[in-house]
Amino acid sequence: MSEGFNIDIVNPEKSFLSKENVSEVIVPAFEGEMGILKDHIPIISFLKPGIIKVISGTEEHSFYVEDGIVEFKDNSLSILTSSIFDIKDADKKFISENITEAENELNKENLDDQKRFLLNHKVEVLKSLSIN
Amino acid sequence: MASLDDLKKRISSVKSTQKITKAMKMVAAAKLRRAQESAERGRPYSEKMNNIILNLSSGISDQENAPKLLSGTGDDKVHLCVVMTADRGLCGGFNSNIIKKAKAYFQKLSESGKTLKIITVGSKGYDQLKRLYQENIIENISFKDSKNANYFDADKVGKIIIEKFENKEFDVCTIFYNQFKNVITQIPQEQQIIPLKTTEEKDKSSEENYEFEPDEDEILGNLLPKNISTQIFKAMLENSASEQGSRMSAMDNATRNAGEMVDKLTIEYNRSRQAAITKELIEIISGAESL
Repeated sequence: MSEGFNIDIVNPEKSFLSKENVSEVIVPAFEGEMGILKDHIPIISFLKPGIIKVISGTEEHSFYVEDGIVEFKDNSLSILTSSIFDIKDADKKFISENITEAENELNKENLDDQKRFLLNHKVEVLKSLSIN
Repeated sequence: MASLDDLKKRISSVKSTQKITKAMKMVAAAKLRRAQESAERGRPYSEKMNNIILNLSSGISDQENAPKLLSGTGDDKVHLCVVMTADRGLCGGFNSNIIKKAKAYFQKLSESGKTLKIITVGSKGYDQLKRLYQENIIENISFKDSKNANYFDADKVGKIIIEKFENKEFDVCTIFYNQFKNVITQIPQEQQIIPLKTTEEKDKSSEENYEFEPDEDEILGNLLPKNISTQIFKAMLENSASEQGSRMSAMDNATRNAGEMVDKLTIEYNRSRQAAITKELIEIISGAESL
């Protein structure tokens, strides 16, 4: 038996990442960050904007996601998302463009609380990215 | 009988047509490979999405309060049909097959007294349907500018559909597209996306007890609109692969036909040239004899 579990990250256009033997994944679930280890009970949840951390042994990979769904079952984790990028690939310009876009959205009048919360959160995460 | 000059002209014109169809075939073949790849790459997403929804909907405790996108409005008076075709022609029966399928469905609807609303995606479908169903078409969307099918476009269509659903403009939504089987066969499909059909697949879903965070209803409510866009995106991918496949085989046929025609015309040209020579010889000989 292997020590870890499988992870699949897919977006509508292609399979983004597929990895075996991952020891831990931290996802920005809707009600707070959630760490998933092997033999977690089956769970379905949403994502909010944030960082997915995939840890396998000593390696650590980080991705930024905007929304998505996670499903964990039988030691395989699927993440469906329409917007994801590798933090290593993201340059400052791209991030700052995203921040301004989100801030513009925030200035609109007719936002409900949930949307406002999500957008605020998105700006926060993106800002923390651009500092590093 | 056509003169030698006319025949020559015809041969060269057929040859240049053949060059065009050959080039189109090559282009379609190259595009087909890409479209096929992206259709295959897009499959895991829609499959996983489908699975999750199945698991969710079988686990939903309160069937009566289930989201409307899943259970429907409880009515089926107004039907919305989304007819997805290509933006360009010259691809064999691709567009007409979808239209034929859609028209048969429209016929059935009008016979049973249902109200019909149509959204066309792709300009060819609009061109073919506007003559008969002008007053039924409520929206005409075309993505001529985008090179490949992308999720962003699909999401736009999905949002329009959901907005109309929330305004109670229709009860049942069906999409029409061509499913890509192989280069020669594409199967026109009708697929109902609102309300989602889950009855047949219910026994397939596992009895796994999931933990939900937040609760099922909220997840479903968020997931179902996404699923609509995903289904549309899937249809778009299948469609673009089918379009290229269909065009490729149509152009292959055209090239072959042109080749046959050139052969026939060349034989005719040679025969009439021979006839002209023989005629001239006879004239000379009979002229010499009469002296």
